[in-house]
Amino acid sequence: MIGIFDHLPFWFVAAPEIILLGLICTVLIADLFIDDEHRNITFWLSIGTLLITLYVIFVTGGGRQVVFDGAYVSDPLSHVLKMAAVGFVAIAFIYARDYLRMNDLHKGEYYVLGLLGLLGMMIMMSANSMLTMYLGLETLALSQYALVAIDRKNSNAAESAMKYFVLGAIASGALLYGISWIYGVTGALEFPEIAASIAANPDINGLPLWFGLAFLIVGIAFKFGAVPFHMWLPDVYEGARSPVTLYIASAPKLAALALTLRILVDGLGELHEVWADMIMVLAVLSLLVGNVVAIAQTNIKRMLGYSTIAHVGFILLAVFCGTGKGYAAALFYTLTYVVATAGAFGIIIVLCRRGYEAENLSDFKGLNARSPWFAVLMMFMMLSLTGIPPFIGFFGKLNVIDAVLSSGYAGLAVLMVLASVVGAYYYLRVIWYMYFEATEDKAVLQASTDTRVVLSLNGIAVLALGIVPGWLWTLCVDVLNP
Amino acid sequence: MNLVAQHFLSVLIWLPILGGLMLLVVGDDRDARSSRAGMMRVGALVVTLATFVLSTALFTNFDNAATGMQFVERTPWIQALNAYYYLGIDGISAPLILLTTFITPLVIISSWDSIKARPAQYFAAFLILEGLMIGVFAALDGLLFYVFWEAMMVPMFLIIGIWGGERRVYATIKFFLYTFLGSVLMLVAFIYLYGETGSFDLLGFMNAPLTLTAQKMIFIAFLAAFAVKVPMWPVHTWLPDAHVEAPTGGSVILAAIMLKMGGYGFIRLSLPIVPDGSAYFADFVIVLSLIAVVYIGFVALMQKDMKKLIAYSSIAHMGFVTLGFFLVWSIAADTGAGLGMTGGMVQMISHGLISGAMFLCVGVLYDRVHSRQIGDYGGVANTMPIFAAFMVLFSMANAGLPGTSGFVGEFMVIIASFKANFWYAFLAASTLILGAAYTLWMVKRVLYGEVANDKVAELEDLNMREFVVLAVLAISVLLLGLWPAPLVDMMNTSIEQLIQQVGQSKL
Repeated sequence: MIGIFDHLPFWFVAAPEIILLGLICTVLIADLFIDDEHRNITFWLSIGTLLITLYVIFVTGGGRQVVFDGAYVSDPLSHVLKMAAVGFVAIAFIYARDYLRMNDLHKGEYYVLGLLGLLGMMIMMSANSMLTMYLGLETLALSQYALVAIDRKNSNAAESAMKYFVLGAIASGALLYGISWIYGVTGALEFPEIAASIAANPDINGLPLWFGLAFLIVGIAFKFGAVPFHMWLPDVYEGARSPVTLYIASAPKLAALALTLRILVDGLGELHEVWADMIMVLAVLSLLVGNVVAIAQTNIKRMLGYSTIAHVGFILLAVFCGTGKGYAAALFYTLTYVVATAGAFGIIIVLCRRGYEAENLSDFKGLNARSPWFAVLMMFMMLSLTGIPPFIGFFGKLNVIDAVLSSGYAGLAVLMVLASVVGAYYYLRVIWYMYFEATEDKAVLQASTDTRVVLSLNGIAVLALGIVPGWLWTLCVDVLNP
Repeated sequence: MNLVAQHFLSVLIWLPILGGLMLLVVGDDRDARSSRAGMMRVGALVVTLATFVLSTALFTNFDNAATGMQFVERTPWIQALNAYYYLGIDGISAPLILLTTFITPLVIISSWDSIKARPAQYFAAFLILEGLMIGVFAALDGLLFYVFWEAMMVPMFLIIGIWGGERRVYATIKFFLYTFLGSVLMLVAFIYLYGETGSFDLLGFMNAPLTLTAQKMIFIAFLAAFAVKVPMWPVHTWLPDAHVEAPTGGSVILAAIMLKMGGYGFIRLSLPIVPDGSAYFADFVIVLSLIAVVYIGFVALMQKDMKKLIAYSSIAHMGFVTLGFFLVWSIAADTGAGLGMTGGMVQMISHGLISGAMFLCVGVLYDRVHSRQIGDYGGVANTMPIFAAFMVLFSMANAGLPGTSGFVGEFMVIIASFKANFWYAFLAASTLILGAAYTLWMVKRVLYGEVANDKVAELEDLNMREFVVLAVLAISVLLLGLWPAPLVDMMNTSIEQLIQQVGQSKL
C-alpha cells in the first residue's frame, strides 16, 4: 500500500490528523451558515468527515514510520486504534442525532467538539513523545469538558462539567509534572529514547525516575477512571446528557489505552517491575470498588459508570502482566468492551423522549412488552458486559484471564472471575427489569431508520464477534507483537 | 443424507436452536389466544419431535463395543486459541442426549395450554435450551463446552423469571448467580489446563501430566461448578427455590436434564482429567453425598409444598449419582468398581424420567387448582382416578420400587457401596425407607382420603394430551426398570475405559 505514496512529503504519514483538522474547520465554518432546520447537513458533513478520515487512515497505514523528529509514530497499533476510534465516534453521532433534535440541542457544536476530541485521540494514539501525548490529551480533554457542558441550562451538566474540568486539570498537572521528572532524569522526551536511555544507564533506574513514574501513573489512572482516581467518572456519566456520556464512554477509552501502552510499554518498559505493582493495586481496587458500588445504583448511567471502573480493572490487569499476550488482551478487551457499552448507551438514548431523560433502571421496566427487539439488543449488551458466552465480552475476559494465568498469578485470576460474578448481578438486574417486570407504559420506542439499523448491527456484532472471535484476537496479537 | 450423517451431532444441536430463532422472528402478537400462538406450539412440537426422531439414530447406529468417541466432528474454530468445534459422543454422553431429546417434546406438549403470556418466546426458549444442552453433552473442546454450559443458563434464567411464580425474580437471580459462581472457577481451571497443554481439547486434558497440587486445585474448581449444578449439599439451596418458582416445563427440564450436567461434569471431566485429585477428595464427596441422601431425605419429609418436596427428593437422589461415581477408589478394580459408576449413570437417566414425571403430575394439579400446597388437596383419587394411577406409579418409582427404573440405579449403587464400606451402604440404603416415607406420605395426603374441598370435588381427570405425556413416561419408567440391559450395554465399554483411565495415576 505504501508504495504509491513513496514520493509524497514526509508529513503525509500524519495525513489522517492533518486532513481531519482541515475537514473540522470546514464543518465548523459550514455550520455557521446552516440554520436549525437544516442541521442535518452538519450531521452528514461530520459523517462524511469521518468516512474520509477512515479512508485516509486506511491508505496511510503499513509498517512503522516515525516522523517530525521522533514526535509522531504511525504503526499498526495506532492504525487499528484510530480506525476503531473513528468508527465509535461515528456510532456516537448516529445514536445522538435523534436525541439532540428532540431536546433542542441539535447544534453544530456536538459534532465539531466530537470531531476535535477525535483529533486529540488520534494524536494520542500516534504520539511518540511525551509532549505529543500531552498535546493530544489536552485536545481531547478540552473537547470533553465542553461537550459535558453543552446543555448550559442544565445545572447537573454544568456541575459535572466543572467537576470534570477541575479534576482533569489536576490530573493533567500530575502527568506533566511526571513528564518533567522523567525528562530531567533521562534527558529525553521521545519514548524510544527514554527506553534507550534507561537501558544504557541502569544507574538512573532509581528513586527520582520512580517518583516521576508515580505521577505518570496518577495521570493514566485518572484518564481511565481507575480507583482511587475515579471520583469524576460516575458524576460525569450521570450529569452529562446521554449522547455525551455515550461519546465519553466509548472512543476515549481507546485513547486511554494508547496513553498507557505508549508511556508504560514503549517508554518505560524497562521499569515493568516498578510500575506493575502500582498498576496491580489500582486494578484490583477498581475491580472491587467498581463492581460492589455498581450494585447500589439506581441510575443506569451511574451504574454503567461504576461498571466501567470495574472493566478498567480488567484492562489494567492485562497491562500489568507485562507480556505481549497481556497487551494484546488489553487491546482486545478494550475494543470489545467499548462495542457493548456504545450499544448500551445507544439503547438508553432511544429510550429517552422529548423532555424525558430515561436514566433510571426502572425506565427499563417491561421493555420486552413494548419493543422486544430493543430488549433483545440490550440483553445482548448486558450479557456481553457480564462475560457470558457466546457474547464477545466473554472472550475479552478469557484472554485477560489467560494472560494473567500464564504470567503465574492464579490468585488474581480467581479474584477476577469472582468479581465478575458480583458484576453479573447488576447487569442481570437490567434484564430483570426488561423481562420480568410489567409497566403501564405501552409506548413503542421510536428511532430513526439509521439509528435502528446501526443499533441492530451493533447488537448482532456483539453476538457474531463472540461466535467468530478468532480474527479479532489474531489482529490484536499481531498489532502488539510485530 | 450423507451431509446429515457426517454432521449428525451438529444437526441435533442446531436444529432446535434455529427452530427457536424462527419462532422468535415470527414473534408474538398482542393477543395470545390467537392462531399465531397455536402455530408456535405446533412449530415447537414439530421441531422437537424431529430432533427426537433424528436422535434415535444415535441409538441404532451407536457401536456399543467401540472405545473412544463416535460421530466425531472436528473443524478449527478459533485458531489463535487452538480451539476446535469438536463434537463426539461415547456411551456416557449418548444416553444423556437421548434423554434430552426425549424429555423436551414432552415438555412442549405439557405446556400446550398453560402458557398464556408470550408463547413464542416461551417455546423458543425451550428449543434454544434443548440445542444448548445437547451441545454440552456433545462438546469435546473445553472452550466449546464452556460456551454451551454458560449460554444454557440464559434461557433458563428467562424461563423462570418471565413465566415463574410469585418469587420468580429472587429464585432466578439466585439460580443464575449460584451456577455462574461455580462455572467461572471451572473456566479458570480450563484456562490453566489450556496453558499446560496448549489446546482446549478435553481428551488432551485427560492425557496431560499434572502435579498433585495442580490436580487438587483443578478438582476444587470443577467441584464448585458441578456440585452447584448437581446440586450437592450444602450448595443446593438454589434448587428448591428455582423449582418452586419455575413454570412446570422449566421444573421438568431443570430436574430431568440440567441437574444431570453436574453428574456428567464429574464423570466426563473431574474423574479422568484429575484422577489423583479426585481420589484425594473422594471420601469428602462421598460424605457430602451421604449427607444429601440422609439429611435432605429428612428435609423432604417436612415439606408442605409438593414441588419443594420433589425438589428435595431430587437432591437426595442425585446424591446417589455422586456416591456411585466416587466409590471407585474404595473398591478394588477387579471386583466390580464399574458397578457404582454404571449405577450412577442409570440413576441419572432414571431420575430424569421420574422427576420429570413427578413435576408433570404436580403441573397437572396446579393447572386445575392453582395450588402446590399438599394441604389444599385430599381425595384426588376419587375425582381423577386415571391421574391417581399414574401418580402412584411414579411415586413408587421415586421410592425405588423393584420393577421401576428407580430401583435399578439405586440398587447398583447400594451393592457397590457394600463392597466399599458397610456404613456407606447402611446410610445409602436408608433412602429406601426415607424415600418411601416422604413420597408415599405425600401420595396419601394428596390422592387418598375424603375429598378435601369443593375445588377437588370439581376436578376433571386427565385430558388426552396429559394422558399421552404421562403414559409415555410411565412406559419408559417400567421398560427401563424391567429391562435396563440396552442402556447398560450402551455405556459399558465407555465406563470400563473410564475406570482404566481413573486407575492410572498421573503423578
